[in-house]
Amino acid sequence: METTASAVQDSPQNLWGGGMEPMKVSYGKLMMWFFLLSDAFTFSALLVSYGLVRYSHAAFTGDIDTFVFSVKYWPIPEKVFDGIPFLHGVHIPLVFVGIMTFILILSSVTMVLAVEAGHRMDRKGVEKWMLWTIFGGVTFLGCQAWEWTHFIVGTGTPTIADAFINGNWVNGFEVLGANLSINQYGPPDFADFFFFITGFHGFHVFSGIMINTLIFYNVGLGTYERRGHYEMVEKVGLYWHFVDLVWVFVFTFFYLV
Amino acid sequence: MAIDETSKVVVQPVNKEKVRRIVRVAIILGIVTTFEFIVAFTMHSGTLRTSLFILMTIVKAFYIVSEFMHLKYEKKMLIWTIMIPTIFVIWLIIALIYEGGAIYDVRF
Repeated sequence: METTASAVQDSPQNLWGGGMEPMKVSYGKLMMWFFLLSDAFTFSALLVSYGLVRYSHAAFTGDIDTFVFSVKYWPIPEKVFDGIPFLHGVHIPLVFVGIMTFILILSSVTMVLAVEAGHRMDRKGVEKWMLWTIFGGVTFLGCQAWEWTHFIVGTGTPTIADAFINGNWVNGFEVLGANLSINQYGPPDFADFFFFITGFHGFHVFSGIMINTLIFYNVGLGTYERRGHYEMVEKVGLYWHFVDLVWVFVFTFFYLV
Repeated sequence: MAIDETSKVVVQPVNKEKVRRIVRVAIILGIVTTFEFIVAFTMHSGTLRTSLFILMTIVKAFYIVSEFMHLKYEKKMLIWTIMIPTIFVIWLIIALIYEGGAIYDVRF
C-alpha cells in the first residue's frame, strides 16, 4: 500500500504509472465525469422519448377546471400528483413532490459541505455532513415509496376504459390506480413512463445512498485520513450532485410541464 | 503506525468564503424552485409557461454543475469535454419532438 503510493509520487514523469493527470483531474474523477456524461445521455433519452410519446397523444383541450381522467388524452400532471400524506382527498397539487425536491437539493448542499470539510482534513466534519446527506437520500426514497403507493393504489372516481383481462377485451372496465398495462390517469404510456423514469432515478438515489454509506464507513475508519486526502468523498459527491441534477429535469418535464 | 500517522493530521479552520458561496447557491436554487411553483399555480399552460420552466431548469442545472460539481473551476478543456457532447441531446430533442408531432398527425 505504502510502497505503491510512494512509487507513484516518485515518478511523476511516468505516464503509465498514473503520474500524469490529464486536464488536472485525477483518473478517478475524470472517469466519474465520463460515466456521468454517459448516464446523462441515458436520462436524456428517457425524458426525450417521454416528450415524443406525449406529443404523439391527444392533449386535453377544455377548461382546466373541468378536467377528468380519461384514457383518450394525456393527463395534466398537477391533476395526477395532488396528494399529500395524511391529507386524504384534499386537492393539493405538486406540494409533496416539491417537498421531495427541496429534500434532494438540501442533501446536495450537505454533500458539498462534506467535500469542503474533506479539503480541510476535518474528519468529524466529513462524518457529520455525509450522515446528513445519507439521511436526506433515505428520506427522499421514503417519500418516493409513498408517492408510488398512492399512484399504484389510486383514489377517487374510477376511470372507465376497455381493458384486456385474462385474454379477453372487457368493455367499460372500471380502472382504479395504475399498473403497466392500464391506469386511471390516462393512456397506458403515462404510467409506464412514470414507473420507468422516476424508478430509474430512484434506483440511482438508492445506489448513491449505498455508495455514500460505504464511503462514510471508510471515513469513520480513518482510511482517507491515512491516505492523506478525501478525494473519494469528492467522487461520490459528483455522483450525488448528478442524481440531484437529474431530479431537477425530471421535476420540470414530468411534474410541471 | 496508523495512530502515529493520524496524529500528524492538521485540521484547518472552516473556509468561510467557500461556505458562504455554497449557502448562496443553495438559496438561489431554493428561490428558483419557489418561483417555479408560483408559475405553476398562477399561469395557464402555454408556450410561455413551458419556456419559463425550461429556462429555470437550465438556471438550476447551471448552478448545480458549475458550483456544486465544481466544473466552473476546472480546466477549460475538461469543461468543453463535458459540455460539447450534450449537443447530441439538443439534436435528439428537436428530432424526436418533430417525430412525435408526425406520429400524432398519422394517428388522429
